[in-house]
Amino acid sequence: MPPIDMGTEEGRIEALRRMYRIRAFEDAAGDLFADGELPGFVHLYKGEEAVGVGAAAALEPDDYITSTHRGHGHCIAKGLDTEKMMAELYGKANGYCNGKGGSMHIADVEAGMLGANGIVGAGPPLATGAALTAHRNDDDRVALAFFGDGAVAQGQVHEAVNLAATWGLPAIFLVENNQYGEGTPMEKQHNVENLSETAEAYNIPGFTIDGMDVTAVEEAVTEARKRALAGDGPTFIEADTYRYEGHFEGDHQPYRDEEEIEAWREKDPIDQFKQRLIDRGELTEDEFESIREEIDAEIDAAIESAQQADPPEPHEAYEDMFAEPAPEIAQFAELPRADGGDRR
Amino acid sequence: MSTELETAGETETMTVREALREAMREELRRDEDVFVMGEDVGTFGGVFQVTGDLVEEFGEERIRDTPISEAGFVGAGVGAAATGSRPVVEVMFSDFLGVSMEQITNQMAKMRYMFGGKTEMPVTIRTTEGGGQRAASQHSGTVHTWFAHFPGIKAVAPGTPAAAKGLLKSAIRSNDPVMVFENKVIYEQEGEVPTDPDFTIPLGEASVEREGEDVTVVATQRLVGETLELAEDMADEADLEVIDPRSLYPLDTETIAESVRKTGRLVVADESPLSYGTHAEVVARIVEEEFFSLDAPIQRVGVADTHIPFSPDLEDEVIPTGDDVREAVDQVI
Ligand SMILES: Cc1ncc(C[n+]2csc(CCOP(=O)(O)OP(=O)(O)O)c2C)c(N)n1
Repeated sequence: MPPIDMGTEEGRIEALRRMYRIRAFEDAAGDLFADGELPGFVHLYKGEEAVGVGAAAALEPDDYITSTHRGHGHCIAKGLDTEKMMAELYGKANGYCNGKGGSMHIADVEAGMLGANGIVGAGPPLATGAALTAHRNDDDRVALAFFGDGAVAQGQVHEAVNLAATWGLPAIFLVENNQYGEGTPMEKQHNVENLSETAEAYNIPGFTIDGMDVTAVEEAVTEARKRALAGDGPTFIEADTYRYEGHFEGDHQPYRDEEEIEAWREKDPIDQFKQRLIDRGELTEDEFESIREEIDAEIDAAIESAQQADPPEPHEAYEDMFAEPAPEIAQFAELPRADGGDRR
Repeated sequence: MSTELETAGETETMTVREALREAMREELRRDEDVFVMGEDVGTFGGVFQVTGDLVEEFGEERIRDTPISEAGFVGAGVGAAATGSRPVVEVMFSDFLGVSMEQITNQMAKMRYMFGGKTEMPVTIRTTEGGGQRAASQHSGTVHTWFAHFPGIKAVAPGTPAAAKGLLKSAIRSNDPVMVFENKVIYEQEGEVPTDPDFTIPLGEASVEREGEDVTVVATQRLVGETLELAEDMADEADLEVIDPRSLYPLDTETIAESVRKTGRLVVADESPLSYGTHAEVVARIVEEEFFSLDAPIQRVGVADTHIPFSPDLEDEVIPTGDDVREAVDQVI
């Protein structure tokens, strides 16, 4: 997928396309989950598209990101392929993780996407490590950690920020403050008004931005990236945003009401940006319609492909553990199955 | 003497500490992607002086002092490894590994598998184990079982200087995560160590440190040396075959099984708690594979399921020694 240059009309349209691709992918994932098609948990990112895409627009393709349990948006923003993503959601062999990761662990290390992550707060230390590699190799790359407002209460997040700040590493810490950690509101989890106040303790810049505005996110991350590459160390950014869906699909959401959700929907990142492009004469409703149709068709095709794809073979459960396999595991691939079937 | 030593060319007498430092020095010279990080590993030389003077040759970029934040810097090691670096992370005392457990178990150990094999994880974690320093429970533990048990991690525990060097070099070169458990009271132990920078010991190969006919003693770390001494003391009573498994996971079952086929008797000596541990794994494998070769019930020598106490009288009570191995040998012959 092409990099997004928000300085050009083409880039702005691409940002809109990518936000819409996230929305469409997740609308589909939500429906498929409700239909009992998808195994496991599904955490949707809908509503937060401007954060992922704004950040990705500010990054170069070989920069690193770490993600969260709510990772579909980060993957798509980074340019991952929706067909392989959907296959992973289905647990199929041709998914990004050969069916071993699922929705919560999609990764493409080659593309600099170091993994969605089932552990709240685990990504920032990994990003600090990726930034350390970039710093050691002096190769003009940065590492950006996406994490939630809930994760800011995790000790290892602070250790990661302190380490990156102390060592002056090219890292960017980007909090997606979607107002809730599962069902507990932000103000019940933190004793500060703005999570960006965290930065003060580490003597790095910190600011809070409008996470419903893709341009605001892009600008903030561009600034942070410049600082990182100049050797001035990490930046801590809090993007105020909102998730439209429950914490996970099936969440009955006793902790909030429709009114609140509606109020945030008024600021929808896709509608807002689309309108801005239309107002500037860079896009027409018709053109947006054709973008929609094209992406909807892409997602439909991804679903069909995933449905038809082969599941992994049982023996694959014993593979991918090590670069150099241990005999302890290898032996299991040879054993007969308990049900009398054949593993191979 | 183990087979590697016989074929490895020139050797030099060095301590376990020096052997470990040489392993790091050689790998740091060989590969720019290798770097060392941990608390006080630089100018201070590591609390046990294992990294010593490395900072003088390699500088602070490659011998990095970290803040005191195990989750942060172990996690950074994992992230660095996933992006092509080869970090050697020192965790001062293995008792502190719990602080970084999340990054070790859920990230380091699972990333390759969960990503469908599409990342390498060339990280080495070095840490110290064992009692004997009157350091009480929080600085004396032997926890290698936790990690040898956990899928996705390779774990080694050298008992001799040569094993220390050869295994650490293999760990650093490995594209898999390897944890190196160093018993802190054998840092001063001396032995012959190959000087050839290409000398390594493969992960997953045990070493027969002494051949014998009557009893197989599988001993680890400090107990290797103590068992070898015991074997000489007991030579008139029983001919002990002493095996250092060296690698806890993968574990070289075949070398141990072959020995048991010869001796018919097995003692497993490891300074870790007895229940559900390293001993149990060795015993289980031998029972599975060589049950009919056994002429006597197997004996285990380890730490009673206590923590390591402070008082010298109490510590000496719980830490296994050659005398405990002798008692176990007496039981099986
Ligand atoms: C260490 C850990 N504790 C608890 C959980 C369960 N959990 C999953 S997501 C979540 C909430 C995270 O909130 P936040 O970081 O704000 O991210 P958001 O879900 O809002 O995107 C919790 C508690 C977990 N996955 N990992």
